[in-house]
Amino acid sequence: MADTVLFEFLHTEIVAELWAHDPDPGPGGQKMSLSVLEGMGFRVGQALGERLPRETLAFREELDVLKFLCKDLWVAVFQKQMDSLRTNHQGTYVLQDNSFPLLLPMASGLQYLEEAPKFLAFTCGLLRGALCTLGIESVVTASVAALPICKFQVVIPKS
Amino acid sequence: MAVCIAVIAKENYPLYIRSSPTENELKFHYMVHTSLDVVDEKISAMGKALVDQRELYLGLLYPTEDYKVYGYVTNSKVKFVMVVDSSNTALRDNEIRSMFRKLHNSYTDVMCNPFYNPGDRIQSSRAFDNMVTSMMIQVC
Repeated sequence: MADTVLFEFLHTEIVAELWAHDPDPGPGGQKMSLSVLEGMGFRVGQALGERLPRETLAFREELDVLKFLCKDLWVAVFQKQMDSLRTNHQGTYVLQDNSFPLLLPMASGLQYLEEAPKFLAFTCGLLRGALCTLGIESVVTASVAALPICKFQVVIPKS
Repeated sequence: MAVCIAVIAKENYPLYIRSSPTENELKFHYMVHTSLDVVDEKISAMGKALVDQRELYLGLLYPTEDYKVYGYVTNSKVKFVMVVDSSNTALRDNEIRSMFRKLHNSYTDVMCNPFYNPGDRIQSSRAFDNMVTSMMIQVC
């Protein structure tokens, strides 16, 4: 039971540390910290993308990989599955989580909406890293309409 | 007991290759290189066939007069190639599968090592080296 909370605390501290030196950086500094977070998530995602699908059979198509992300990856990291996965079949996927564990303890509603993106950067990198190991180059962004509901948009450019 | 073990990255360059020291190493490197074509063939054949199950273990890639070559591909398109002495007929399919499984587990551990950058050669991992040594022919 304590395991899940360890990651949440560590993540909170990582974000706090990156913003501690300059609590109100300009847009340039903010971007740097977000890139650092995303980079960390990327490396972790690469390792998870190698370790988690170990006994599962080879993926046959993109949608299988996305389903794997929504089910196995999310369960391994956040102990719950992704709530919805939508696609336009043109390479864009929207993954929606109605009670994202990293945002859940913060607020419920519109409070802290401006602070939310900092806490999503690591997870964006996580998704991008896992996709990269499984052979898919992508761009992952996140958006929050109201805490704790958040949407991750994965765009896979057509080659 | 294998004679040569190789780990090939997604872009088909070697991440790790080790052969039994007494033999001519270049010959094994060449064998592994030619076996990559067979691996690619098998992967694309699996993609086209309407099979529900897609296995990671590829089985015997091709036999030569002295050696047999086995292949295994992971979900991240990293390939493991193992060259085994033909005279060692006691090795059964199950044993080869278990050797590949051990290789896969060790490779995953290397991947999770924060000091390892994905895409680099696997040079500094002692655990991986030890595991590979245990699988190769013991030559004094």
